[in-house]
Amino acid sequence: MDKVKVTIVGASGYTGGELIRLLLFHPYAEIKQVTSESWVGKFVYKAHPNLRKNTELKFSSINELEKCDLLFLCLPHGSGMKKINELKKLAPKIIDLSADFRLNDPALYQKWYKSEHTNVELMKDFIYGIPELHREEMKTANFISSAGCNATASILGLYPLVKNNLIDPKNITIEVKVGSSEGGNKSSDASHHPERSGAVRSYQPTGHRHTAEILQELNFGEELNVNLSATSIDMIRGVLATIHVFLNDNLEEKDIWKVYRKEYGNEPFIRIVKEREGNYRYPEPKLLIATNYCDIGFKKDEFSNRLVVISSIDNLMKGAAGQALQAFNIMHGFEERTGLEFPGLHPI
Amino acid sequence: MKAECPVCGAEIEFAEDTVQGELLECSECGTELEVVSTDPPKVEEAPQEEEDWGQ
Repeated sequence: MDKVKVTIVGASGYTGGELIRLLLFHPYAEIKQVTSESWVGKFVYKAHPNLRKNTELKFSSINELEKCDLLFLCLPHGSGMKKINELKKLAPKIIDLSADFRLNDPALYQKWYKSEHTNVELMKDFIYGIPELHREEMKTANFISSAGCNATASILGLYPLVKNNLIDPKNITIEVKVGSSEGGNKSSDASHHPERSGAVRSYQPTGHRHTAEILQELNFGEELNVNLSATSIDMIRGVLATIHVFLNDNLEEKDIWKVYRKEYGNEPFIRIVKEREGNYRYPEPKLLIATNYCDIGFKKDEFSNRLVVISSIDNLMKGAAGQALQAFNIMHGFEERTGLEFPGLHPI
Repeated sequence: MKAECPVCGAEIEFAEDTVQGELLECSECGTELEVVSTDPPKVEEAPQEEEDWGQ
């Protein structure tokens, strides 16, 4: 089988590095070029030291790009929508990991991103990148937009409940605890070690942009009201979403189990984690480091109809590069787990 | 012979030699279950030690 020749545009960031790590060991993919304007001519391992002795690849400039089978775009938000008309001449397929093409409604984009989308005509050409929701469309897609990390954890936790009309859609509250790698690899005063270490920083109590994706993807006809807050904590990778919803009927936990099993029983990367004993009774981000799993647990309040859903991922994997590779596998008819088999580490 | 897990509703398959009083573990939710009847097949939650991590 001929390998799919792929190029990663904007490959010096954390997401790009994670994609390179995965693609180097993918049996049906070959990395043709990786670009970074700040690392042109340098070996990949200079930016991604974990890849030392794994590749002789060097960074190119975006101006040196050659044609290939698929482009992964890991450019900063807002940059891809300006460059994509040129970039799509280079490859018939594109997977964009930025936020530029996640939304299909320009008004929703304007509302949450506070700026006008400059490539509206392409917005509807992209398939939203969560395979568990869009697998069939991905099989024939040419353009896929990977979902936001916090949106991914939230959507996967909520999807079975909203789809099956089990909860009050007007009363959904999500608190995400996130690791520092969500902020990318550019340092700032806020990421200076004495300031950042040990901090529990409420960085987006309201107005988080990923809310827009949640509203779009969980739209089953009824108006949703989603209250999303984000807190960065002292970990590097990981998202833990704690989601509070209210059941329409007085369901038992066993009924909730059945709903999640119905929706996700055959999903290769979703696990229901809910145990009564042991150290890991509910999803735990550190066990998911470098894996493509989304672990989901839940607990019903004994005294009310409140259901608490706990959903966790590695933001750089299921929340970015892993999700993108899963989509790549689906687009090309490869076994969905190819290159994503790593089960994580314990202890860690 | 199949019973239903009382916690998560998963099917619990009995081996041919399963006997009453035997302890099994649900493969879905990990709950330890006690076989209370083989005909009809029925399991209940096995007693567990409670933990409270609050202060």
